Amino acid sequence: MAALAGRIKSERDGARLVVSLGGRWGIDEADRLDGELRRLAPGPAKAVSIDIAGVEALDTAAALVLYRARKRLRADGHAAEFARARPELSALLDLIEANDAPVECRAPREPPLRAIVAHVGRATIEALDNGLKMLSFFGLTMTTLARAAIRPWRIRGTALVGHMEQAGLDAVPIVALISFLIGVVLAYQGADQLAKFGAEIFVVNLVGISVLREIGILLTAIVIAGRSGSAFTAAIGSMKVREEIDAMRTLGLDPIEVLVLPRLLALIVTLPLLAFFADAMGLLGGGLMAWISLGIGPAQFIERLGDAVPMWSFWVGIIKAPVFAFLIAMVGCYEGFQVSGSAESVGRHTTKAVVEAIFLVIVVDAAFSILFAYLGV
Amino acid sequence: MAGSATAAIRVRGLRTRFGPQVVHDNLDLEVRYGEVLGVVGASGTGKSVLLRAVVGLMKPAAGSIEVLGHDISRLGAAERREIESRTGVLFQDGALFSSLTVAQNVQVPLREHTSLPQDVIDEITAVKLGMVGLPPEAACKYPSELSGGMRKRAGLARALALDPEIVCLDEPTAGLDPIGAAAFDGLVRRLQRTLGITVFMVTHDLDSLWAICDRIAVLAEKQVLVVGPMEVMLQHEHPWVRSYFHGPRARAQRSE
Ligand SMILES: Nc1ncnc2c1ncn2[C@@H]1O[C@H](COP(=O)(O)OP(=O)(O)O)[C@@H](O)[C@H]1O
Ligand SMILES: [Mg+2]
Repeated sequence: MAALAGRIKSERDGARLVVSLGGRWGIDEADRLDGELRRLAPGPAKAVSIDIAGVEALDTAAALVLYRARKRLRADGHAAEFARARPELSALLDLIEANDAPVECRAPREPPLRAIVAHVGRATIEALDNGLKMLSFFGLTMTTLARAAIRPWRIRGTALVGHMEQAGLDAVPIVALISFLIGVVLAYQGADQLAKFGAEIFVVNLVGISVLREIGILLTAIVIAGRSGSAFTAAIGSMKVREEIDAMRTLGLDPIEVLVLPRLLALIVTLPLLAFFADAMGLLGGGLMAWISLGIGPAQFIERLGDAVPMWSFWVGIIKAPVFAFLIAMVGCYEGFQVSGSAESVGRHTTKAVVEAIFLVIVVDAAFSILFAYLGV
Repeated sequence: MAGSATAAIRVRGLRTRFGPQVVHDNLDLEVRYGEVLGVVGASGTGKSVLLRAVVGLMKPAAGSIEVLGHDISRLGAAERREIESRTGVLFQDGALFSSLTVAQNVQVPLREHTSLPQDVIDEITAVKLGMVGLPPEAACKYPSELSGGMRKRAGLARALALDPEIVCLDEPTAGLDPIGAAAFDGLVRRLQRTLGITVFMVTHDLDSLWAICDRIAVLAEKQVLVVGPMEVMLQHEHPWVRSYFHGPRARAQRSE
């Protein structure tokens, strides 16, 4: 960049040091200018005059370097001045002087021990607060749901069907594939172990009970939490960021009724269906593997399944589905409403929604196990 | 080099389209060095699209666009970076990075295009924020914590971070209160005088047009209908131009 070449020379004029600059000084040459200015040795010269009359162009970075040089010289006890500056250059230098306070955005440092205690305390209070808010959101949704139950025509049919398609129908391939593969893996691993006791036929019990009671529904719930729970948060969160939710309120629409109910009902309806489907695919995978590796044919598998696995096992799994659906939809929508401010917040809450939903699903699944053990089913 | 070209931006025979919808057809426009050019036109005539084409965000279907003497459709990676560092853009709503503070937003181009030490970058940031009239407290805030006007100012500070030769502004005063808008006009004028920058400004603001634009380009019928200073606009015969510059709002403005 030849055109930007700046010139600098210094000469002594009695007790004064005169530094003259010429040419064009830009951000690319700010480093060179800085070096040249630092090398100045005013020596005994008391006064330093920085003559910038010959400067054709000066950008902010170069002007800043000049300003810093003058500041440094003054700090060393020299009377440093800019001389013969054109009006726009002196305006720029004045602007720099007026803003001579580098930006510092660091939070004041706390002693480490206190910082840890404060962090733990804050996290605890936030967790409690979050729980409380979630509970009140559940309450609000339940009252809205009750109101909708009295006046069912207020439920948005189109939205409901749309969400059923997105959360249910579109999830069929992935749920099917995962359940099928898990059925295969269970049968294969089980066969390997049971063969040691010559009890290969019990593979049917293993696959049947575990798929129907636990794995089918649990896997489905986890896939849906990752797929639809996150989608709920992202959709509602983006609307929150763009003030669409506020707009709804001012138009007399209830965001819970418009946004939450269709999603909640869609999941409650579709998750049991998906779980049923997952059960079937899991059994199919297990049966296929039993046939291939153990030679247990389809007829034998089905007969054994009927004998060994009580119908209750199936219902135990399916009963949990609407509960999990409720949890996933609630957490997804709740986190969507917690979004505030920026696009980044959408991402943060989406992650939170998935983690919280999966956590809650597993905790409640454990609670169901205890309950069913107590009831003896 | 750049100084040898007569125009900072030269658009020739530009044609842009979205699917079947043609936005510009055979559009010509020149922006001279050091001038403030205001672009006006009804909503949807393609002012923002023109700006996006000029800064290289949208590929024209036909025609050429020269920025600082370079045809932007034929740039190598290094040249493109150089042109990018010599142009600044302020988008319609600021387009600040929401995960960064205002100060960090301004520092993004400085870090990307220069190897200045951190303390110099910090000081340049302070100067740029001061230049656009943001208080020092705003530096550590996130975009979501700012008002619309402050976001625009922060966006301008980011656009100016590298002392560009050309700044493209998309409706910079839309949504600002009249005092804020006037201050923004003054700011653009001052910057243009002190730094000698060329300003390409899409605007609907008659005050801005009167106060700071050297020339005005009217976009209509997929082309630039007329370019010239305010006097030319006032005498133009086209019905839209007449009603724009002689409408009730324009009259109120002129009687001042
Ligand atoms: N991303 C896009 N996809 C399709 N059409 C677009 C897109 N952006 C703009 N347009 C169309 O191009 C035209 C010009 O838009 P724009 O430049 O934003 O108008 P304005 O002059 O109000 O800034 C409009 O008719 C708009 O519908
Ligand atoms: Mg626009």
